[in-house]
Amino acid sequence: MPTWECKNLCKRYGSVQALDDVSFTVEPGRVVGLLGPNGSGKTTLIKLANGLLTPTGGELLINGEKPGKVTRAQVSYLPDRPCLPEWMSAEKLLNMFSDFYADFQPDKAREMLEKLGIDPKQKIKQMSKGTREKVQLILVMSRKAELYLLDEPIGGVDPATRDYILETIIRNYNPTASVVISTHLIADVEQVLDDVIFINRGRVVLKSSVDDIREQQGKSVDAYFREVFRC
Amino acid sequence: MEWHIRADLPIYAQLIFQIKLAIVSGEYLPGERLASVRELAMDAGVNPNTMQRALQELEREGMVYTQRTSGRFVTEDTKVIESAKKHLAEDRIKDFLEQMGRLGYPKEEILSLLKASIEEEKNNADMGM
Repeated sequence: MPTWECKNLCKRYGSVQALDDVSFTVEPGRVVGLLGPNGSGKTTLIKLANGLLTPTGGELLINGEKPGKVTRAQVSYLPDRPCLPEWMSAEKLLNMFSDFYADFQPDKAREMLEKLGIDPKQKIKQMSKGTREKVQLILVMSRKAELYLLDEPIGGVDPATRDYILETIIRNYNPTASVVISTHLIADVEQVLDDVIFINRGRVVLKSSVDDIREQQGKSVDAYFREVFRC
Repeated sequence: MEWHIRADLPIYAQLIFQIKLAIVSGEYLPGERLASVRELAMDAGVNPNTMQRALQELEREGMVYTQRTSGRFVTEDTKVIESAKKHLAEDRIKDFLEQMGRLGYPKEEILSLLKASIEEEKNNADMGM
């Protein structure tokens, strides 16, 4: 069974068709890049998978189930902007996540905080933008989930942290779990991806493995993306 | 080991090439145990599935083998390693000849240029002593 499946999925906001007849599957054990220009529908798609939005047409299934209570226990979601309670410290957040998610591994989170030099006692309010993003990502990656949905995980962090995040994704690799990374910084993530889904104006324009693109086009996914989406 | 992943070639093919090079150059010794797929993938900064695919291909070619319980090892068959080395050398020579041909050199001239270069390098090495 696919970890994530969309069948003719549509989402309309008033007169704007954000997603139009989107169909694809993400199989277990795959690391997939959800790639598209700004406003192409990436965040809408990820929010639908988390049940934060409801489709206006078609179907979306996580391990065969519609988004809801059951799937929320299986999906670990990194939102496109940090949404942590400002008054809490990282340590408090670890406790909160332990309460909320049965699959949360506080030891793993502590180890990552230490590795990235983040003081667990510091309040979110006092942290820089990049540090907040790191804390959020640590919380998300410390769950033992079946599907990780990472919306722009590397946008605001420095290159050394970016490397650490990608390394974490590889270290975390599990043949029954899937990772979906939405980003437009393709060159940075390309090497850790199995497959890519290009979306544009709410439609899937390409689904392929990274090595198939390199083999058939003789260029990187990044270069190919620039060609497909040339302005 | 040092990994260099270029943008314009399939990643798995580059991994195969680099591991092969490490084996024929003796960086990995015959019979040596390889790190796990995950460790190798982390080291190279690539997806574990891609590393797995490269290792499976190397296994198919007989360069590495799996022992079910204890992991993956470099072949102990030095004939296989020698023949891989020869293939790699032949590929390099083919590329070299093609490039020299594009520069407009006929085959005989390439050979004399090559000989002269080797002599010069030898002399330089002697002077350095």
